[in-house]
Amino acid sequence: MYGSGLRPLSIATAVATAAAAVLIFFYAPIEADQGFSQKIFYVHVPMAIVALLGFVAAGLMAIKHLRSRDRSWDLRSYVAIHLSIILGVGVLVTGSIWAKASWGHWWRWEEPVLVSFLIVFLLYCVYFPLRFSIEDPDRQARYSSVFAITAGAFVPLNFVAVRLAEQVLHPRVFSQTGGDLPGEMFLTLMVSLLAMALLFVTLWKLELSAKHAAQQLKRLRARLELQSERRAEGRGPVPAGAGADGGAVATVPAHPTSA
Amino acid sequence: MTRAAAVILRKDLRIELRTRESVPAMALFAVTVYVLLHFGLDRDTLDGDLASGVLWVTLLLATVLAVNRLFANEREDGALDGLLLAPIDRTALYLAKAAALFLYLVLLELVAVPAFALLLLSPGLGGALPELLAVLLVADLGLAAIGALVAALAAETRVRELVVPLFLLPLLVPVVIAGASATEPLLAAPQEAEGLGGWLAFLALYDTVFVLVSLAVFDFLLED
Repeated sequence: MYGSGLRPLSIATAVATAAAAVLIFFYAPIEADQGFSQKIFYVHVPMAIVALLGFVAAGLMAIKHLRSRDRSWDLRSYVAIHLSIILGVGVLVTGSIWAKASWGHWWRWEEPVLVSFLIVFLLYCVYFPLRFSIEDPDRQARYSSVFAITAGAFVPLNFVAVRLAEQVLHPRVFSQTGGDLPGEMFLTLMVSLLAMALLFVTLWKLELSAKHAAQQLKRLRARLELQSERRAEGRGPVPAGAGADGGAVATVPAHPTSA
Repeated sequence: MTRAAAVILRKDLRIELRTRESVPAMALFAVTVYVLLHFGLDRDTLDGDLASGVLWVTLLLATVLAVNRLFANEREDGALDGLLLAPIDRTALYLAKAAALFLYLVLLELVAVPAFALLLLSPGLGGALPELLAVLLVADLGLAAIGALVAALAAETRVRELVVPLFLLPLLVPVVIAGASATEPLLAAPQEAEGLGGWLAFLALYDTVFVLVSLAVFDFLLED
């Protein structure tokens, strides 16, 4: 069920990414001040926006999990945080490269957005040790959701605090509203953002269906083992519903229950 | 609910009074950090931004100690189950723990701030004590709110000692930013408040957000 629509989504992602690459290299003008190196902006900024939205979305999915008690929402939240963390590494690396190219330093504490992002990234890195140190699956889901909600509320507050504290020195390629950006650059940025968002959703669905399939496989294996044990003990056929052959697949519940 | 919270708080304070586990350890830790920083920074006196940074980081690290111990009694003797069997609101437990942590922090500051003035601070505290107290109290509220939540979250995990500092410290970065920025002019040579209102407002916003978030999610940590 997680895999539905994955094929058109993948195609759309591939098209959007290719279009973004073409626009970045052949359409968007070379920035007068920073030259060619400014092109990293079209990767860095969409990545940062998508990663942050991923964190916030994970918080919302965690709320949904706690409200509905449906553990599939926890799985969604977990996969969103996982992918946002991976994008986060990309944001920090590209941001660092950009800083080196335009200011000559790999890291600048005066840059509030990147500093905020580092703090958020450090916080979310704790999600994984926390999640995997809890064995009981139900408790694991609940604790992870509490983490995701708390951290999600922290993200905007943290950005406000860092911005209040730091002097804004960033060479603003475009102001907060995007009004200063020339039309070609703005269009390229928007297409890149769309491509990054599509990539995120595609990977999210892909990982979800992979995790779901792995869980299903584990359950089927356990059932098969149980079945062969019973056969070996000579207790005769397994009672109906425990399933034999292909019937087992049909009776597997759509999402994980505490096994 | 407040009655139940008061009972749990009284129990915690009584245990603390008899065992003296948290507050003396926090105070001792803070003074040790001052000594370490005296040698680490190679400075006899501090003022301005360096002083406020040292003070806030020390207080935060001491907070980690208290948060680590906050659910220790409940955890070690299985007392949490007993507490959960009582027909009281889970929120009462959160309120009691946050209040206990708040009191521990105030007690810590009663020792750690004068010790800081005595050992490291060069302009002295005299000129700016009311402002400093205001910032500390508003910040303590946020530390207590988030500390109690993190303590409950970490209590049931295997890697408790890792989760508490790693989760707590990034969450407290805004408190350091606001606290250190607000106290910096208070600890500099002409001791004048500067932009104090704005930072206090931010800290109040931080406190409000995390008190509300904690109240909303705390119940889910104690369901089984």
